[in-house]
Amino acid sequence: MGHLSAPNDIEDLLRTLSPQVLGALVRRFDDFDICEDAVQEALLAAATQWPREGVPANPRGWLTVVASRRRTEMWRSESARRRREEAAFASAPADIELGAVLDDSLELLLLCCHPSLTPVSQVALTLRAVGGLTTAEIARALLVPEATVAQRISRAKQRIKASGARFRLPPEAERSECLAAVLHVLYLVFNEGSTASSGATLHRVDLIAEAIRLMRQLHDRLPEDGEVSGLLALMLLTDARRPARVSDDGALVPLAEQDRGLWDAQTIAEGAALITHTLATAPVGPYQLQAALAAVHDEAPRAEDTDWQQILGLYELVRTIAPGPMVTLNRIVAVAMVRGPDAGLRELATAERDPALTGNHRVDAVRAHLLEMSGDLPAARDHYRLAAQRTLSIPEQRYLAARATRLAPDDHA
Amino acid sequence: MKYLILIYSNPQSREIWNSFSRDQRAAGLRDYAALHESMVASGELIVSEALADPSLAKRVTSHEGQALVTDGPYAEVKEYLAGFFLLECPSMERAIEQAARIPEAAFGLVEVRAIMALDGWDI
Repeated sequence: MGHLSAPNDIEDLLRTLSPQVLGALVRRFDDFDICEDAVQEALLAAATQWPREGVPANPRGWLTVVASRRRTEMWRSESARRRREEAAFASAPADIELGAVLDDSLELLLLCCHPSLTPVSQVALTLRAVGGLTTAEIARALLVPEATVAQRISRAKQRIKASGARFRLPPEAERSECLAAVLHVLYLVFNEGSTASSGATLHRVDLIAEAIRLMRQLHDRLPEDGEVSGLLALMLLTDARRPARVSDDGALVPLAEQDRGLWDAQTIAEGAALITHTLATAPVGPYQLQAALAAVHDEAPRAEDTDWQQILGLYELVRTIAPGPMVTLNRIVAVAMVRGPDAGLRELATAERDPALTGNHRVDAVRAHLLEMSGDLPAARDHYRLAAQRTLSIPEQRYLAARATRLAPDDHA
Repeated sequence: MKYLILIYSNPQSREIWNSFSRDQRAAGLRDYAALHESMVASGELIVSEALADPSLAKRVTSHEGQALVTDGPYAEVKEYLAGFFLLECPSMERAIEQAARIPEAAFGLVEVRAIMALDGWDI
């Protein structure tokens, strides 16, 4: 046994090694569901033994051997048929190639984001199998009971097994579709982390850091992919604002009112450089455009310095390649900033006929904002109130109600 | 998104239940168990409970740090909350689809409420 390490170092090491070991096992044995259970047990064994006895000289080899043994035991107990047992014996675990394992994380991500799974299951499975988080940590992070997460994971593994999915890169033709699912899952993880703000969520595992870590791994593996780079840049440029997103009293602060001095300049520089390089070299995609939008905001020293003309141009592009109701509304805000609130209100009147926007509180929120810009304060207040009443987001409700109050400080209705 | 499915009880639904034979009741409970099981299997169920009779409810009033407890006001109420499912699912449409499978939905006694969340901040 090698040197002793602090528990936190061991935890980090295990989380790095977990997908590598799982990748090696699945590459060797193909039965993802059993391998995943076996790796969890090996990690548990390491988490108890290593702090006491020291980290072995080859920790990845140690985990791989323990997990392989465990996998064979599980596999035997699952199918007692002699023929298969003999086969299992013949493929004893010692000959696993450790050299190739570093490259397995992409295959593992693709498997965890398999199209037969629901998004909630993809997220849970990715966090466990690739992120190396325990079921309890995932439950705390997602604010659902541990039993729910355990159920999602075991169900997901059964589905992967039933679908006959294999641990390998899909053919080139299908790859971009599969990769899109992976990016979507990592984006969900990132957004889930971004919601953590106060009180009940203080103890959430840092999903933002986890999403960025996995995104960096993916980017190392696929540096030429424009959307991979775009999503990494988007995460960096969004996360850089995190220190300014929450005020002292725990309320979330909208972009225009944030103290930009609190933004993380180094992360902004990294994200901006990445997206600038990517836009110049790769075919454009939605994540890249979102990142470019974030970069325009991040590079304005003050809210009033924001280059709205450029933002409007980017939204015109987003509207072409990835239209959606939120894109429509955000573009209308940009229209109002460039051409004035009346132009925005006219476009809003047309846009809200889209069924996807009918009854959406954000239409009221945008209308309130444009009415406030145009000086019609009573109407603005009414629409802020309406939006506050209809939103499902507590921070948004606080913000919208505060805007309404600010426009009518004497009105306690 | 999280949704709370509320199941109410009223005199009509209680009368129907009381008129059931033993077999019918057993079948009804099996339907509930199957519904519960399928929500667990889909990973959507967070928690589900049945509430005790409203005559057992207590109303609590705090006054200067002291709790004053009175019997619930519900003993005479004809329609009351009888149980709930808390689900996590992608949309209100999906929550409604699940709610429609609850037997009480046949009597208009099932309600779906969206849960407020800490996310959705993109103004």
